[in-house]
Amino acid sequence: MSWVDIGHIDEVPVRGARLVKTHIGCIAVFRTAEAEVFAATNSCPHKGGPLSEGIVHGQSVTCPLHNWVFDLNTGEAKGADDGRITTYTVRLEDGRILLDDSAVSRRSAA
Amino acid sequence: MKQRLVVIGAGMASGRVLEHLTEAAPDAFDITLFNAEPRGNYNRIMLSPVLSGEKTYEEIVTHDDAWYAERGVVCRFGEKVEKIDREMKVVEGENGHVPYDKLVVATGSNPFIIPLPGHGLDGVIAYRDLEDTQQMMGMGPDNKVVVIGGGLLGLEAAAGMAAHGVDVTVVHIMGHLMERQLDEAAGYLLKKSLEDKGIKIYLQANSKEILGEDGKVRALLLDDGTELPCDLLVMAVGIRPNTGLAQQAGLATGRGVHVDDQMLTSDPDVYAVGECVEHNGEVFGLVAPLYDQAKVAARALLEEDVAFTQKTLSTKLKVTGCDLFSVGDFADGPGRENIVFRDPSRGVYKRLVIEEDRLIGAVMYGDTADGSWFFGLIKDGTSIDEMRETLIFGPAYQGGDTADPLSAVAALPPEAEICGCNGVCKGDIIEAINEGANDLGAVRASTKASASCGTCTGLVEQVLQVTLGDDFQMPAAQPICGCTDLTHEDVRRLIKGQELKSQAAVWQELSWTTPNGCHVCRPAINYYLLADWPLEYQDDPQSRFVNERKHANIQKDGTFSVVPRMWGGITTPEELRAIADAADKYHVPTVKVTGGQRIDLLGVKGEDLPAIWSDLNKVGLVSGHAYSKGLRTVKTCVGTDHCRFGTQDSTGLGIKLEKTLWGSWTPHKLKLAVSGCPRNCAEATCKDIGVVCVDSGYQISIGGAAGMDVKETELLCQVSTEDEAIEVVMAVTQAYREGGKYLDRLYKWLGKVGMDWVKAEVVDDLENRAALVARFELSQSIYRKDPWAEHVKEKAQTYAPIADFTLEAAE
Repeated sequence: MSWVDIGHIDEVPVRGARLVKTHIGCIAVFRTAEAEVFAATNSCPHKGGPLSEGIVHGQSVTCPLHNWVFDLNTGEAKGADDGRITTYTVRLEDGRILLDDSAVSRRSAA
Repeated sequence: MKQRLVVIGAGMASGRVLEHLTEAAPDAFDITLFNAEPRGNYNRIMLSPVLSGEKTYEEIVTHDDAWYAERGVVCRFGEKVEKIDREMKVVEGENGHVPYDKLVVATGSNPFIIPLPGHGLDGVIAYRDLEDTQQMMGMGPDNKVVVIGGGLLGLEAAAGMAAHGVDVTVVHIMGHLMERQLDEAAGYLLKKSLEDKGIKIYLQANSKEILGEDGKVRALLLDDGTELPCDLLVMAVGIRPNTGLAQQAGLATGRGVHVDDQMLTSDPDVYAVGECVEHNGEVFGLVAPLYDQAKVAARALLEEDVAFTQKTLSTKLKVTGCDLFSVGDFADGPGRENIVFRDPSRGVYKRLVIEEDRLIGAVMYGDTADGSWFFGLIKDGTSIDEMRETLIFGPAYQGGDTADPLSAVAALPPEAEICGCNGVCKGDIIEAINEGANDLGAVRASTKASASCGTCTGLVEQVLQVTLGDDFQMPAAQPICGCTDLTHEDVRRLIKGQELKSQAAVWQELSWTTPNGCHVCRPAINYYLLADWPLEYQDDPQSRFVNERKHANIQKDGTFSVVPRMWGGITTPEELRAIADAADKYHVPTVKVTGGQRIDLLGVKGEDLPAIWSDLNKVGLVSGHAYSKGLRTVKTCVGTDHCRFGTQDSTGLGIKLEKTLWGSWTPHKLKLAVSGCPRNCAEATCKDIGVVCVDSGYQISIGGAAGMDVKETELLCQVSTEDEAIEVVMAVTQAYREGGKYLDRLYKWLGKVGMDWVKAEVVDDLENRAALVARFELSQSIYRKDPWAEHVKEKAQTYAPIADFTLEAAE
């Protein structure tokens, strides 16, 4: 697996998110605790709400449009809602956020 | 052989006798039930909710025809009993005789009618049965009703009719309402909240005569000459045991039919239960002892060994919005001490009366959650020496426990009484739950807990939750969210009381069940903290909904709308040019004029926000906070500047108000308007705060709405100068900021605290007004600034992607 550096963890607010633009669409990179990051598609399967703008709590994010809540570990919607967001592998190395290259390369899109 | 049982009277007590009997020994008796009313047993104490429209008669029927049929009870409803022949052991009904082996007399009570001149007029009624209730329900907004009697029943009748818009006056002979259950202070609070419901109350008023016209009631005349016109006059001044039949049969009677501890009368085959009996010199009006009597009588009929004992009773009033609770003895006396707690902002009053380290009485108004705990301490004679200092705060504060209302319930001993009406203790409920009753309905069905007046429903639910844990879903969204059991009110109080100044402190000290809240509680807690501790607490953007974090309104396609502020609706050609240029430059698809007198640029991309703000900032345009739970706009008309009707400079005042209030956060959005004359072109009387200028000054009214609810504002006060108007508006805003529940618009907050309280705090108490203004100014020293300029300067990069691989690939 190859990794691509997308930035430093301090550029993502605690309990917040930043956006990564790729050819296959926008990926949201979430930061929960001091040093814990997750990545998933930015688009809510319900009505396409931008998940990077949602409130991050525990290891979940709430969509800002209609309050669907997703578990960032599995991508599954929590509670009564039925749906799933694609998650991407992401890791931290010396404060740098590394995203699985296949998520952003053109090849994977093809 | 089956014995023959005859029951006279199908009321709540005899109904309970039949329930116990037919359950314990379905085949022991052939039962005949007489009732003078043409119906069976219904829950008479729920007539008040029927009257107010909260319930229907069908919902309060305890036993329907099927119930009697299943148990083989022969019903003789609508038939009066003429005589009891004890020698022949026969009951003589209007339609025939019925022999008995055992007889139960449950003839109840008659309402007491004061023999005033005119008491026989048409339209003079008591409040006793369904017919009375229906007559009261026939009254509407065009009718006037006088209720004589400021006790439990009279006030429930008055409140029930007032809920239908009837013009109701209560006449009470004593110095304060419900004097048998309440002390003066609680009586005062009760009077205030009833007056808020539009009920007029005359205390220390002696009725002299009921005046009539053509045989119908017209008015009540008081002995000071006051004439109170009415279409209906309700006497609710007490009841008298109905002993006529028993007396005639030669049974021993006094005030009521004499009974011993087994509910047996002077005849060994005749029992009596309910409001018609006298036991050890006492007669009974509340339902709890009646049910105890019923249980005893049923078991005595089955020849079991039981005895009725009288207990301390507690009282609650079934009027929506008036929470009161009283128990025991609360008269002042030598050797007695009081602990008093008052929270005027919430209309809460609690008083405990202590004698020799024992609690002997409690009166509570406004917050009665701990009532049953105090009741338990009184009944058990618990020594309160150890917990004296925190006693008034209730069980949640004892033993170093967390402030969790459930822990209070969990801490109750099994014998603690939960349902006062039915004498059901916590142990009974837990037993029922363990036998499979896993929701409120099932617990009600098997124990009767909360099945009568229903005020203990919350407690029963808490017992369910304590016992079943996660298997029980608490109904009604009373806690803020799933992260806590505490309500918004609890949390606000605890943030202030325990000086919690960070979200982490709230989560920790108040035992949040999640690591850092959720999207429901985080914005609320963030608001409470910044409103209560403006200097110490730092606003947390990550706990805000996207609109307030990005200072723009998100649209359904993920773009944003940008609304610059136009102070008082006034703009300039230069500002308009800048807006037009920005619309062109950022390809804004829709430009719309808003209802708040400004211009909305819709469809701006998230990453363009800092740039468009920066352009707008250059001509002095700042954020209009069109996205915030905070000050939105101050709408104005042109006032004296241009209008021939204008009485004051409404535009100028609007601009001053907007410049004073802008940037402030409030529980929900806050919209103002200033109209230059009573023609009210700025529509000030449907705003959260509205000012209408008149020749003599400024009328300030609050609590309007024109959204899901439409409401006209209520007048707060009139002031003569512009400066004073601004001060009053600031003070009201601050009072709302400090007390309001997150996401309650101002009118909802007003509904909870009441206009009288707001007037007292903001209009009458000048010192307090100044303090509110000072606290508002202190908060504004932090928040009166343009968030757009700040974000352009410090946060612009956060609006752009952290990485963009589409650009890289294009190289």
